[in-house]
Amino acid sequence: METVLNVAVAGLLLGGIFALISVGLSLQYGVARVLNVAHGEFIMIGAFVTWVLYTEFGINPLLCMVIVGPAIFVIGFILYRTMFNYIRIKAPSPDAFEGNSILAAFGLLFVIQYIALTLWGSNIHGYTYLAFPIHLGTVTIAANRLVTLGFAVGISFVFYIFLARTRLGKAIRSAAQDPATASLMGVNIKRVLAICFGLGALMAGIAGVLLSMTYPVNANMGLHYTIIAIIVVVLGGMGSIVGSFIGGFILGIVGSIVSYFDPGLALVAYYAIFILLLLVRPKGIMGK
Amino acid sequence: MDITTFTSNKKFWIWGISLLAVLAALATLPQWLGSYYVILLKDILMLVLITVSWVIFSGPTGYMSLASAAFFGVGVYTSALLLPMTGAVLPLLLVIVIAGLVSFILGLLAGALTLRLKGIYFAVFTFGLVLLIQRFLLWFEMNITHTRGRFVLLVEDNTIFYVMLAIFVATLLTAYFIRRSKFGLALQSIGLNEEAAAHSGVNVTRVKVITFAISAVFMGAAGAIYATKLTYIDPYIAFNPLFSFLPVLMAIFGGLGSFYGPIIGAALFSYLQEFLKTEFPFQYMIIFGLLLMAVIVFMPRGLVGLVQRLLASLKEGPEEKSTPGWAIIFCLFGILGGLVGWFIFRERRGARVLLKAGGVVTLIGGAAYLLMFLLTLLGGLGGGYF
Amino acid sequence: MQILEGEKVTKYFGGLAAVSNVDFHVDKGEVFGLIGPNGAGKTTLFNLISGAFVPKSGEIKFKGKKISGLKPHRICRMGMARTFQDVKIFGNMPAVDNVLLGSLFGTPTGMSSAAAAKEATELLDFVGLSVPRETPAGGLTLVDQKRVGVARALATKADMLLLDETMAGLTPTETAEAMELVTRIRDRGVTVFMIEHVMKAIMGVCDRIMVLHHGEKIADGTPKEIANSKKVIEVYLGE
Repeated sequence: METVLNVAVAGLLLGGIFALISVGLSLQYGVARVLNVAHGEFIMIGAFVTWVLYTEFGINPLLCMVIVGPAIFVIGFILYRTMFNYIRIKAPSPDAFEGNSILAAFGLLFVIQYIALTLWGSNIHGYTYLAFPIHLGTVTIAANRLVTLGFAVGISFVFYIFLARTRLGKAIRSAAQDPATASLMGVNIKRVLAICFGLGALMAGIAGVLLSMTYPVNANMGLHYTIIAIIVVVLGGMGSIVGSFIGGFILGIVGSIVSYFDPGLALVAYYAIFILLLLVRPKGIMGK
Repeated sequence: MDITTFTSNKKFWIWGISLLAVLAALATLPQWLGSYYVILLKDILMLVLITVSWVIFSGPTGYMSLASAAFFGVGVYTSALLLPMTGAVLPLLLVIVIAGLVSFILGLLAGALTLRLKGIYFAVFTFGLVLLIQRFLLWFEMNITHTRGRFVLLVEDNTIFYVMLAIFVATLLTAYFIRRSKFGLALQSIGLNEEAAAHSGVNVTRVKVITFAISAVFMGAAGAIYATKLTYIDPYIAFNPLFSFLPVLMAIFGGLGSFYGPIIGAALFSYLQEFLKTEFPFQYMIIFGLLLMAVIVFMPRGLVGLVQRLLASLKEGPEEKSTPGWAIIFCLFGILGGLVGWFIFRERRGARVLLKAGGVVTLIGGAAYLLMFLLTLLGGLGGGYF
Repeated sequence: MQILEGEKVTKYFGGLAAVSNVDFHVDKGEVFGLIGPNGAGKTTLFNLISGAFVPKSGEIKFKGKKISGLKPHRICRMGMARTFQDVKIFGNMPAVDNVLLGSLFGTPTGMSSAAAAKEATELLDFVGLSVPRETPAGGLTLVDQKRVGVARALATKADMLLLDETMAGLTPTETAEAMELVTRIRDRGVTVFMIEHVMKAIMGVCDRIMVLHHGEKIADGTPKEIANSKKVIEVYLGE
């Protein structure tokens, strides 16, 4: 019983992270139509910057979110507004744009990853912050993991409200439905798409900040999280924010169950789920 | 396959004879070139053949397969199992054939599973396949066989070269005849409109699966012979995702519209890659990433498309907004010129100074190219092209 | 003799019946018309017959054999070819290759390349393509694209042709030519089943007509009967 509870809690904690990294990718693909395979690299940047700021300057990791988030948003915004937008305009069809943009994103992945490798080497780094245990009945959780889960859920929720309620959020959703009509209705499509991409990057950056509190930081860590985010996004239904959120928790729980038996098989299990899902229900949980 | 109507034209014979001449020249190369060039040439042949076999399926159908690394890796592992360091289980050539067959079967399976997926889903699935096999193998090797990597039998460089050349020829011939046959017409129709193809009597499922598997054969065979050069392999080396991206990139770099586009693109690109790898081992992947982005942004129709555009603009005067176009061509010629210069100097005189000069020209060309890229990106903020 | 028959053919899209309990039959050698307002389920019915969709219930028989559930290429090789409302031409291929594809893959027995090439050329003349055969199909005018579409379907040596709005968007002269083409196709011994919005055309060439409305069959009969049917007039002029 205790093991089951421990595994479930670990799954929830892992799921929170997965949900957070996937929501960003979901937005980028769902609206901006870029399957950003460099998503994990933004996570890596977030994690590394936090590590540097905390260990070198003693800046509180939670405060880092305020620094890292906007900075990465600007990078994402500029990237879309220049490169991806250029590819979008030149592409003969939306399909061609998706294909070309995924390749350009791979280029981005290599550039960011290897710049990071040049700067910080391939060593694994980490720091301790809020690492004291909290006892909840029979389960013991490290405080930083609980904080991470709290922020992950909170940020996803704020984000959902932003999309559902605000003017910009509505513009984003209309752009996701039908970019051509949205631009006829006075939505500045170039700006909205760039904002979406920037927001996706921002979520990745913040996820990186949170991750660095509990997981090791390494210049090669990005692809791992990208793959998980892609799996979750497919699991939840491409472009469905709620689906990605739920999918993140499902994958987290699956991961923690498999890890209980053999940690080496967790990734294999993710891929297996992913491939099965693509075959059985390519539209995902919440897909239309 | 009925190819009689296509073999009767003049162009076929011209191309055929010139190809034969090139092949004959290639076959005698090891006689008068140093082993460095034999190894280099073998790598180039391999990347070209992987690109061409990728194009067999993905070119006409437009399905972007990222499974190449899986087929390649399966070949590598076949070789590792049947040609261990301790002594060959089977003769080399037989192992190559078996590796091709194993890849073929994997291609059939993967193709049959992925039929229903389109567009981005297909790309993501095929990439997932690479990682799934890699991770599973890693787990299997560590926990079941308790080895991390394996040692492969050493084979002489010239032998590797000739085997690679043979696979290369087989790939080119297959690609050419598929393209020219009625099978190729069916593939093309699937890419243009799958629904209409099905209603015109094309068994789209079968055509797709078989072609996918055929394209896997050569990647597997290439992987098998490549393994003998590596001597040590593990799942990370065998299933390196880079082998999934390289063919796509090289094919796009050359231009997917024509048969020879990907061949030229892959040959140039793989040479460039080798050059970058030796000259800038640490920044190599950064440059590679920038190149990937630059190619996608500026040359979505590849070198062939670029040359066509250049010819068209010479004929009809410059087109509107042609600034990036000619600038790229200019810079590209800078790179190519530099490369050629570098190659010739290194080859003929071997003088360090000249070699450096060639390298510098290449660097300037490359830097100019990247600068243009950045400038256009920045210029985009001002609204010039948007 | 009936060449095509459908019994209680039904297809749902997300809970809505796009085609509901439709019975129909087409006699060998006739020109059979299908009309109805937008969204009546006409193209859906074509998709069910040609194998693009599988009916939820009901059965479709072609030449006495059940075809519902078969793959499109099988149905095509049994002798049923179709055109599309949005043409779906292979834009990057020369016009003649579009047709060649039909004779190379769509015929019941297969064909040698030489015979297929000859056939394709003849068919492009038959449908009256007005430009060189090697022109890329994507660059053709709408009417020529439609002609290539018809030739591609005929190239499969079909006994029955499903024509989906072949005349939509054509000028009056082109429509007249298309009507004449339909009669010539019928004279080759090919049964024609056509969806059409141009009333004059459909009344002029069809032997019998069926009317669909909201997925249900509301009338069938000779053009004269249809033109005088109160129900049909109500549907077209509004309640």
